[in-house]
Amino acid sequence: MSVQAWTFLFVALTFSLYIGIAVWSRVRSTRDFYVAGKHVPPLANGMATAADWMSAASFISMAGLISFIGRDGAFYLMGWTGGYVLLALLLAPYLRKFGKYTVPDFIGDRYYSRTARMVAVFCAIVISFVYACGQMQGAGIVFSRFLEVDLSHGVMIGMTIVFFYAVLGGMKGITYTQVAQYCVLIFAFMVPAIFISILMTGNVIPQVGFGSQLTEAFGGGYLLDRLDGLSEQLGFPTYTEGQRTTQDMFFITAALMIGTAGLPHVIIRFFTVPGVREARKSAGYALIFIAILYTTAPAVAAFARTNLINTVDNVEYSAMPEWFSKWETTGLIRFTDRNGDGRIQYTGDAATNELDVNRDIMVLANPEIAELPNWVVALVAAGGLAAALSTAAGLLLVISSAVSHDLLKRGYMPQISEREELLFARISIFMAVLVAGYFGINPPAYVAQVVAFAFGLAAASFFPAIVMGIFNRRMNRQGAVAGMVTGFVFTALYIIYFRFVNPAVDNADNWLFGISPEGIGALGALLNLLVAWTISRVTPEPPADVQALVADIRQPEVD
Amino acid sequence: MPGRNDDAYWKANIRLVLSLLAVWFLVSFGCGILLVDLLDNIRFGGFKLGFWMAQQGSILVFIVLILVYINRMDKLDARYRRSGADREDSA
Repeated sequence: MSVQAWTFLFVALTFSLYIGIAVWSRVRSTRDFYVAGKHVPPLANGMATAADWMSAASFISMAGLISFIGRDGAFYLMGWTGGYVLLALLLAPYLRKFGKYTVPDFIGDRYYSRTARMVAVFCAIVISFVYACGQMQGAGIVFSRFLEVDLSHGVMIGMTIVFFYAVLGGMKGITYTQVAQYCVLIFAFMVPAIFISILMTGNVIPQVGFGSQLTEAFGGGYLLDRLDGLSEQLGFPTYTEGQRTTQDMFFITAALMIGTAGLPHVIIRFFTVPGVREARKSAGYALIFIAILYTTAPAVAAFARTNLINTVDNVEYSAMPEWFSKWETTGLIRFTDRNGDGRIQYTGDAATNELDVNRDIMVLANPEIAELPNWVVALVAAGGLAAALSTAAGLLLVISSAVSHDLLKRGYMPQISEREELLFARISIFMAVLVAGYFGINPPAYVAQVVAFAFGLAAASFFPAIVMGIFNRRMNRQGAVAGMVTGFVFTALYIIYFRFVNPAVDNADNWLFGISPEGIGALGALLNLLVAWTISRVTPEPPADVQALVADIRQPEVD
Repeated sequence: MPGRNDDAYWKANIRLVLSLLAVWFLVSFGCGILLVDLLDNIRFGGFKLGFWMAQQGSILVFIVLILVYINRMDKLDARYRRSGADREDSA
């Protein structure tokens, strides 16, 4: 069977599974719609959180990015996993103890203020939208490359599927499709990785193969030594050495960690379990499930990089395998024969380099580069779609609940009945799917940067407000609102200035303390904390019932 | 109102969280970023230690930290849990 036939088969099978789950998990109450009735077992919630979290960026782009930046790629790896330690230790158990439906719910109740709730609604919607557009686009890329359908049709197919299970089943439908999607995506990621590890190092476990010797066919010697050697020889930076400054690495890692812990679509997953114990447990499961992919990705990065260089460097263009020309037609690989010798020179020097490889295709093309069987190549498409759709659905639910629950029911239309609220939740998820789909087809410039935006904003707005709400009983409305607004505005302005207004000065000489826009969210969070603390000391302390709420969150759960 | 018992629970909780976060900081920001070049002088198999901590080791330690937290908090909860009120979610 051809790759395309296999791809159609896998995509059709997984999509029917998702639709089946949607039909099975229809819901009738807002409690089911927002938090799956709080009946999700920790193991299932761990898988759902992992799929919710691992987006098209984790699945498709991350290993590719790492293979081009080498050791510095650690900020993604540590940032996107270390955030779960913060989430498990500082947020998840307490927010579950609080026991409401949404992140703005907590902010609004804890800071006894509609203003605080609306600031939180605004932040949640902006962060989630920015993130969702990237997912829709990721789904579109997979469709157009593997199924050779038009990108806009690809996005529409993806939207229809998400729409189906999100509108019917709300959080319940989303949770159980995410469990299925986790299984699909981890299988699709691991199978090619294991194949390549065996092929190149003879080792079944990619994490071990990463530090092993290459087989004779690949020239022997430790993989990483070989990669360092090849990099130096071709004029690329040494793979296992860092390029960014230490303080920039520090701040980017911190921003990604804090941002991860502050992302509303991740936080709400912990509202869906029966109790505090289960919230803690599911954070543990989630990190284990995520780490399976995250410890494999850097190994895949090193395998792919070595393999790519071996395959293309100084080889005749006419001798390139089939995948090369297929990716050339998408424009994601470009060859310009500068010296006219008919061979590909791949070097780190812009003047002599003849090959441009888009970072995003490393994971997608890797199985083909390694000449794996067709069914393995086809798996990747189903995995990429599962990653993109599962994250998109989680984000759309945040937008929907922020509108129907926080903006309307708890904000401006408190008189609506539960049935009406549920209807509004469905309408807003429908609208959100349409808007996200529109931006997926007509992406705003710089989608990747825009997603990095989401982390900075989550780090600078939500994380400090929630942590202080739990750990500082004296924190009040005035402090929290001022802090969130300061953190959000500071971070947004810094990123907008360097990325959109004046990109010419976007370099280390002009950055504040040498911190790149990717890392500025960490400073924004610190600023939020300082402003909030200072203002809360000079304004009245929170009312007694709110202090009692804080005291209650801190007590052990009662069986 | 919180009694003395709750204070003791909260203090034990804070102590646990702070010590786990200290390890969290040490393995990621410490070994993976600040001390990475120093640790790279140590090799095991095909890995330089600093590089391995940054791309593999820190993640494994994160898992252990959460597992320790789950285990310790379960014990702490059991010791300080009061009877009386029922769990919110029996519905």
